[in-house]
Amino acid sequence: MSAKKTTKKAEAPLSQSSRASRFKKSLPLTIMALPAFLYIFIFNYIPLYGLVLPFKDYKPRLGFLGSKWIGFKNFEFLLNNEQLIHAVKNTLMYNVVFIILGTAISVFVALMLYEMSRTSVKIYQTAIFVPHYISWVIAAYVFMVFLDMDYGILNKIITSLGGDAVLWYNNPKYWPVILTIAHIWKGFGYSAVIYYSALMGLDESLFEAAELDGAGKLKQMWYISLPGIRNMIIMLFIMHIGKIFNADFGMFYNISLNSPLLYKTTDVIDTYIYRTLIELGDVGLSSSVSMLQAVLGFILVITTNTIVNKIDSDSALY
Amino acid sequence: MKLLKTKNRKSGGDRVLHAVFHIIMIILALSCVYPFLVIIGTSFATQEAIINSGYKMIPTEASLEAYRSILHNPRQLADAYGVTIFTTVVQTLGGLALTSTYGYVLSRKDYPYRRVLSFYMFFTMLFNGGLVPTYILISKWLGLQNSIWALIIPGMCGAWNIMLMKGFFQSIPSALIESAKIDGAGEFKIFLSIVMPLSKPAFATLGLLMVLTGWNGWYHSLLYITDQNKVQLQYLLMVIMRNIEFLKSAEGQQITNVNVEREVASQAVRMAMCVLATGPILCVFPFFQKYFSKGLTVGSVKG
Repeated sequence: MSAKKTTKKAEAPLSQSSRASRFKKSLPLTIMALPAFLYIFIFNYIPLYGLVLPFKDYKPRLGFLGSKWIGFKNFEFLLNNEQLIHAVKNTLMYNVVFIILGTAISVFVALMLYEMSRTSVKIYQTAIFVPHYISWVIAAYVFMVFLDMDYGILNKIITSLGGDAVLWYNNPKYWPVILTIAHIWKGFGYSAVIYYSALMGLDESLFEAAELDGAGKLKQMWYISLPGIRNMIIMLFIMHIGKIFNADFGMFYNISLNSPLLYKTTDVIDTYIYRTLIELGDVGLSSSVSMLQAVLGFILVITTNTIVNKIDSDSALY
Repeated sequence: MKLLKTKNRKSGGDRVLHAVFHIIMIILALSCVYPFLVIIGTSFATQEAIINSGYKMIPTEASLEAYRSILHNPRQLADAYGVTIFTTVVQTLGGLALTSTYGYVLSRKDYPYRRVLSFYMFFTMLFNGGLVPTYILISKWLGLQNSIWALIIPGMCGAWNIMLMKGFFQSIPSALIESAKIDGAGEFKIFLSIVMPLSKPAFATLGLLMVLTGWNGWYHSLLYITDQNKVQLQYLLMVIMRNIEFLKSAEGQQITNVNVEREVASQAVRMAMCVLATGPILCVFPFFQKYFSKGLTVGSVKG
């Protein structure tokens, strides 16, 4: 917003002719920016018609403009939709757990790495980065290696200890734990490296002074390292909260094999929208949920960013 | 460096702590690598070995049967490889062209419409139309349903990558550009022959990120492609996995009379497919790790 206002102010004193000459002078750069400008227009701005799509009775045959306006009809059944309520609840709960546990583990790993020599860091970093390079499809294979009913590692261990094989892919009660592990497994290496690079920027003399005072490593971690990256932790934490209505479609869809038996604990807003649109073809329902998600997400991002701006304007998105 | 120095005068308690940290890190590192070793191991296992002892890193009985059967009928895999390589290359080149030009223009402090264009790009990070309007746009209005371009064009250029590019370009001294202008070089010439050669690391970093995204792509195949010979590698792997799970499920058993032996043989085959699809990425990318960590530290550039 502020960007627009300032340019207007700067433009005001310019006369017609100098404005034209300025346009002419900068034309080559404008032409250079044009391809991406058009790309963004087509793929990011045109889809904004999605804001009014739920107020129409969309029929592919009639097109967007030809379809009838129906007011709030598409929204009427949202509150009574049990599947949707489940999906929203799951999305929020998973995100809260992911943010708390994910942050705690990544910070802890970063703190441990900081106490190690460069060579050990390099080796560990290479290993914990591996899950970051693969897609959720391959991650689903990884989880199946453990969870497969007949040949999976977990069931082989359970049966060899005399227990009964567990049907992991049939029972929703195991999935909150499995999905939390999946999220952390794939992401902790990357975030740990972010925190680690922040730790590398801390003033070393603090640690030397602490050591002279006889503080052990644990004390140094608690009283120097952790407070040193406190701001960054808070910032990333708040930014994650801004995305609390968004779930990682790839993870929920792939790791659970999109099995309907598990929807009770694996269905999130993003998989719900996908299913209603692609599998059920219900444009009215999916577009109204999708629009609410976008609007709520927008409000949250703006709010959280305002908070971040107040604490530390360097970490804010804008 | 500091760490090396202080290590010599560690107290006993710190030494124990250090050992504990290493143990924890070794467990975490193994948890990230071990499953892939099991996948590789299983791809070399025989039917009996899988039936008797399940998925294992070192199969009790090894064979190349899985790979042989894939190579015997390689069409499906070859098609998916072809699609993936083509889409990755085109998407990366197109993405680099779009993000670098726009990012460069935004990095030029003397460009009068910089702030407007910056906001124009930035707004897309705050708000998007969501899946439904995008889906209708691409599949219906642009008519890309079942077209390979539906795998390439969406996701080619994003605000985040433009910001990264802009951050890199901002580190180029503007005096260089000024003096080239005085020498009479046009904007396009300046970009091509001065800015681009200086920004090779930026292009490498972003290019690698884009190659990784392209190679790991499956989502757009899921949304837009029904033609089985036009899907990406990762999507093919997903379908293979789902098919087997379906055959094993209670519903599947009723519909088809699955031959148990064939089904088990396909366990090794699917792991072999997984190895062939992930192998290139996991062999190549650790060598470029420094670019990835560089990419994430420049994220703080804004404006």
